[in-house]
Amino acid sequence: MLRFIIGKILWLIPTLIGITIVAFGFVRVLPGDPVLLMAGERGLSPERHAELAHQLGFDRPLWQQYLDFIWQLAHGNLGDSLVTHKPVLGEFFALFPATLELGVCAMFLAVVIGVPIGVLAAIKRGSWFDQATMGTALVGYSMPIFWWGLLLIILFSGILQWTPVSGRISLMYYFPNGTGFMIWDALMSGQSGALASALSHLILPAVVLATIPLAVIARQTRSAMLEVLGEDYVRTARAKGMPPRRVVGVHALRNAMIPVITTIGLQVGMLMAGAILTETIFSWPGIGKWMVDSISRRDYPSVQGGLLMIALIVMFVNLIVDLLYGLINPRIRHR
Amino acid sequence: MTIRSMLLAGAAAVMMTAGGAGAKTLVYCSEASPEGFDPAPYTAGTTFDASSKPVYDQLVEFKPGTTEIEPGLAESWDVSDDGLTYTFNLRKGVKFHSVEGFTPSRDFNADDVIFSFDRQGNKDNPYYAYAPGVSYEYYAGMDMPTIIKSIEKVDDYTVKFTLSEPNAPFLADLAMDFASIMSKEYADKLAGEDRKADINNVPVGTGPFSFVAYQKDAVIRYKANPDYFKGKTPVDDLIFAITPDPAVRMQKLQAGECQIMPYPSPADIQALRDDSNIKVDEQPGLNVAYLAYNTTQAPFDKPEVRKALNMAINKDAIIDAVFQGAGQVAKNPIPPTMWSYNKDIKDDAYDPEQAKKMLDEAGVKDLEMNIWAMPVQRPYMPNARRTAELMQSDLAKVGVTANIVSYEWGEYLKKSKDPTRDGAVILGWTGDNGDPDNFLAVLLGCSAAESGANRAFWCDQKFDDLITKARQSSDQAERTKLYEQAQEVFKEQAPWDTIAHSTVFMPMSTKVSGYVMSPLGGHDFYGVDISE
Repeated sequence: MLRFIIGKILWLIPTLIGITIVAFGFVRVLPGDPVLLMAGERGLSPERHAELAHQLGFDRPLWQQYLDFIWQLAHGNLGDSLVTHKPVLGEFFALFPATLELGVCAMFLAVVIGVPIGVLAAIKRGSWFDQATMGTALVGYSMPIFWWGLLLIILFSGILQWTPVSGRISLMYYFPNGTGFMIWDALMSGQSGALASALSHLILPAVVLATIPLAVIARQTRSAMLEVLGEDYVRTARAKGMPPRRVVGVHALRNAMIPVITTIGLQVGMLMAGAILTETIFSWPGIGKWMVDSISRRDYPSVQGGLLMIALIVMFVNLIVDLLYGLINPRIRHR
Repeated sequence: MTIRSMLLAGAAAVMMTAGGAGAKTLVYCSEASPEGFDPAPYTAGTTFDASSKPVYDQLVEFKPGTTEIEPGLAESWDVSDDGLTYTFNLRKGVKFHSVEGFTPSRDFNADDVIFSFDRQGNKDNPYYAYAPGVSYEYYAGMDMPTIIKSIEKVDDYTVKFTLSEPNAPFLADLAMDFASIMSKEYADKLAGEDRKADINNVPVGTGPFSFVAYQKDAVIRYKANPDYFKGKTPVDDLIFAITPDPAVRMQKLQAGECQIMPYPSPADIQALRDDSNIKVDEQPGLNVAYLAYNTTQAPFDKPEVRKALNMAINKDAIIDAVFQGAGQVAKNPIPPTMWSYNKDIKDDAYDPEQAKKMLDEAGVKDLEMNIWAMPVQRPYMPNARRTAELMQSDLAKVGVTANIVSYEWGEYLKKSKDPTRDGAVILGWTGDNGDPDNFLAVLLGCSAAESGANRAFWCDQKFDDLITKARQSSDQAERTKLYEQAQEVFKEQAPWDTIAHSTVFMPMSTKVSGYVMSPLGGHDFYGVDISE
């Protein structure tokens, strides 16, 4: 098992180098000059432009800038934002807890609701339940997130007034030395009502962010389950008179889980894309919105640093998924 | 128990335990995160709203709701007869805020004034480049390095600015955000602790609110400064709830999660007006959107051709379709709220027939031109692409083929400055200091034609003489007359089609009182009260 893990981790190294090149190159391929964008309509003289570009190191050859980036990286430094003039790593970790909290809750919702629906739909294949849930899943899968989020706000916050419109917690709660994980901070603060406030702020964005992964997971579970239910060993188990609950719950589900876990792993990457829109609508102070702002300002250090960190996280999750395969299916470990 | 009643119960419990009952809090749903809290290195209004407006003061300030100058940290000032020396008498007994780790040991004085300007102009000042990439673009952009020859401390409460040439808008420049007065004592302390960059994270000023905390992209907290020299503001706490989406800001305002918000979508104005708990203030913005012809290229070098094209474009249709009514047709390059605006100018009326005739007479046939449409939304222009499309179809009716071109925003700004560029460019401007010079010289002067900020590359000697003379005169009545004449020359020569001045809306709860919209576009909450 240890060799399997080490092998997996070694494979990450070339991927990581590739990612540094993509992250560095991506924002520079986009047309646009951060110095010009800083000046806006007011503009600046060519001399001033050259002076600033020199100060920021943009006048040097690209390979040199790239090596600088790697050199900084080796020292655990992602550089300073061109806009706020603060270290990118600090900015990332100030915002990451918000995204993580939202992402974990959304994923939790997607799995806890998506998997049972998929299993039930597979067992009752062709029933009204199957058709209704899979039809709904198709709608969920094609849902325009921005519109969906706004619709939920108008319904639940505007008309029904059940939930707050946006933000992470009511403004009356304030945890100066918090961890950034609002649920945890609210719980630890001991203030009654803080946790309820944090949860009520979290519910709508989590539902919105969970929508697409939930639909994908439900459909994937259903098709994986159907495939497994048609296998010989399931037929044998049934023929032996094993209770249907055990056939489905233990024998079939375990094998059906492999493609489902793959899907869940892939959805983590998709979740980042969804977070960009969800965070913007719900004024959720996370990294999705930060990346969009940084890209539109051509804040090179923030964009390349942020992309790198996001890629690392997605890679890490996929590593965990790979390891999980090993747990579920011992054959994978020994291959 | 519904979620909402649970929340309310919880909230009530907290209010009691925290003893916060009775404290008045004003919540502002701001549109974006500030770039930092030091206003001088930045040019964005969002950053000023969060830094210079609540936290800082300037030597002179704009009287609320106007572009007139009133005393700020300077109680009074004298201008020498030659217009070259400005002597400011500073207010005594003004206290800087205390923040965690810093309590001022002295009152505001001349050293703070000198420091605040010196750091922006003097390369040897330790704060000239206190963090990588920090540069004082506004200071440079307003030409301060050339205008200011020297700044001297006469005594602790007197500062003398010497200019290199007479410059009437200078006083208004000093009321701008970049001219905010920082505490030298605080800056020295930060420098001593090797954390200069904190001047951009934890601001210390003399303003009506002191900074408490900023949670990135989420919330900024301020509390009222009890020692404010104009008197304590009525509320106790001011909170910015950062809410980027306009539809969500509106929902928050309607739900009572904030009491005031900027930049609603024009499409939502009616719904907001219909809400009995909300009132909507409005004001023409201090801005202009224009179409600048390249007057150095044929056939746009002929005023009659430019005028004919202007007459072919239906500006009323643009106001309806693009501004959705939240704007007015522009006839002058300066907005109507600005002093010296020439009301008597007659705009070239929309008349396609006449336009066609004029083009024929000028010998222009089968003209094919480019219209440049900005890729971004700006306060003066909600949708440049749509505007360009409307222009395109109008021009087609007079036999002119227009192609719409666009570039990434930074590229657009750069390429449109190239004097060999083709066609006409859609762009605009938002005023900085309320002085007409800030529009007419910056956008239409001869030196701006050289730098490219004058996108029409229009250098008219008569016009340039008028605005130069006006800049050097300190007699307001004379300046007004000169600027009025300059607007006449502008209209005759038509280097631009003046498109529109946008309208700015500010929806707020009916519980809010005392909010005054600034014609300069900033958001200032001093003096604002809220009823329970």
